[in-house]
Amino acid sequence: MVTPAVRLSLLALAALGIIAFYVAYKLPTGSSFVLERRLTTVATMTVVATAIGVATVLFHTVTANRILTPSIMGLDALYLALQTASVFFLGIVVVNPVAQYLVVLASMVAFALLLFNTMLVRLNRSVTMMVLVGVLLGGLFRGLSSFMQRLLDPEAFVVLSDRFFADFTGTNPGLLGISAVLVAGSVAWVWRSRRELDVVALGRDLAIGLGVDHCRASLVHLVLVALLVGTSTALVGPTMFFGLLVAHLTYRLAGTHRHAVTVPAVALAGTITLVGGQLLFERILGFEGSLSMVVEFVGGITFIVLLLRSARAGRPA
Amino acid sequence: MSVALACLVLLSAASLVVGVADLDSNVLLHSRVPRTLALVLAGSALAVSGQIMQLLTRNVFVEPSTAGTMEFATAGLLVSALFFPGAPVVVKMCYGAVAALIGTAVFLRVLAAVPLKDMLVTPLVGMMLGGVVSAGVTFVAYRADLVQSLSSWTTGDFSAILAGRYELLWIAGGLTLLASLLADRFTVAGMGEAFTTNLGLDHRRTVMIGMSVVAVVSATVVVTVGALPFLGLVVPNIVRNTIGDNCRRAVPWVAVLGAGFVLACDLVSRLVIHPFEMPIGTVMGVVGAVAFLVILLRGRR
Repeated sequence: MVTPAVRLSLLALAALGIIAFYVAYKLPTGSSFVLERRLTTVATMTVVATAIGVATVLFHTVTANRILTPSIMGLDALYLALQTASVFFLGIVVVNPVAQYLVVLASMVAFALLLFNTMLVRLNRSVTMMVLVGVLLGGLFRGLSSFMQRLLDPEAFVVLSDRFFADFTGTNPGLLGISAVLVAGSVAWVWRSRRELDVVALGRDLAIGLGVDHCRASLVHLVLVALLVGTSTALVGPTMFFGLLVAHLTYRLAGTHRHAVTVPAVALAGTITLVGGQLLFERILGFEGSLSMVVEFVGGITFIVLLLRSARAGRPA
Repeated sequence: MSVALACLVLLSAASLVVGVADLDSNVLLHSRVPRTLALVLAGSALAVSGQIMQLLTRNVFVEPSTAGTMEFATAGLLVSALFFPGAPVVVKMCYGAVAALIGTAVFLRVLAAVPLKDMLVTPLVGMMLGGVVSAGVTFVAYRADLVQSLSSWTTGDFSAILAGRYELLWIAGGLTLLASLLADRFTVAGMGEAFTTNLGLDHRRTVMIGMSVVAVVSATVVVTVGALPFLGLVVPNIVRNTIGDNCRRAVPWVAVLGAGFVLACDLVSRLVIHPFEMPIGTVMGVVGAVAFLVILLRGRR
């Protein structure tokens, strides 16, 4: 029996190893530019992987459902709508990247707060209902964006469509710093309430029976999910199934469902996936800039396989 | 019913008259009439498909666009566009239909085996499934430079409908007629496997027939006009809330209201940025999502 501590250490070693390999692989001697660029990419990937991974695990715990991904709540559609609206109303202008980042992030968190507060507190509906309403609002945002895209001139559309897929290279170091602080803060909060999360994972009734304020806990952690997903989306762009992929890798690798293990493990597994994927696709296979699409694709296939396997075994995923 | 039919006739007349070109017999015969027919056929066929899916899965939130069926049909079309680019539209439609059938089978297997405590989880799973497929399809299309054709399948648009380009939809219309003849069977099948068998009906076969109708209808609509989201969900739910669950009584209503809904949305999409046109898929995405929200929030607590 391999204890969770050993598993975590092995994961950490693997993550460090792959980062070191990525940074050092065929590094031109004396080129500080290449080194700096690679370090920025690795740092971006670590931040994004941690944010999305932890957000997905949290989301699974709060919704008590492991086949959902947090971006289904309409956050990525909101991102697309905001990007489209900015090009539509302002044209292709050079906006201060930090200001743009903050506006995007603030609107996503505000949207999430409004949605959670209306559905869970004011209307007193279930978390599932809240998610479904989020999906529909996402569809609405998509409709509005495609309406605006129709009216854009082709040149503006090309600029816009570059922002539709996540891009991990070439992030602004200032934004990276802000994101790292935000993600670290959220993860610290999650870490503090890791035991409460273990109870929440048992389901609403049991959690209330054990003395956890389930409504408050759901709300707080969903806001954290929105903050984490929003940070990552505002930094690199939308990701849909990446979180699902690494969360399920983690459940398999961690050997336990305690959040004290799964939360750090998912951050490590996510980093390994992204950095390893980048290494494989960019350096070895020579696919330029399609990592996010491939990761999404593989994540999606994982999802279908998971569904079918759980269907065969006759138990919930 | 007669009021509903009268409204439908009125809407069709409006659809015939509205447009940029001056009305003459040529325009009427080659563009307006085919377009109006295509709208009526696609609208009623998809609405009835939604009704069948909801009966067979016993879940009022299931329809071709919340079960991944539309996305699977698109994947099938993409396969045919990749490997047999010169194939006639009928062949493409067959690929789409087969893929849609596979997708429906996957969805049903998951539903059958995963005990879903909450009715609301089913559309979420279906939409996730659809999201996965469309992520994969987008990736392949992006690498093969087919994003343009992809968007013509994923967003419904009737602006390219001319005589000679919509006739496949008669297949969908015929299947809808067939489905309404079989309506009683679907009602029975919707009451569960044991009950169906007890009444002497082959449950598996009935489900297969129903789902094949849905798959073929979805594929035809996607290949001729593109996806029309939420239609099969909104219309049957409105009908169910007013006249109840008996499929044979509900089917004509669903068909007429479905056609009327699509005609109305199409008129909006033609007038909103006149003299240009919005794709109807966009209008229906917005209207349908709002209608779904209303149904969801006004329904049970």
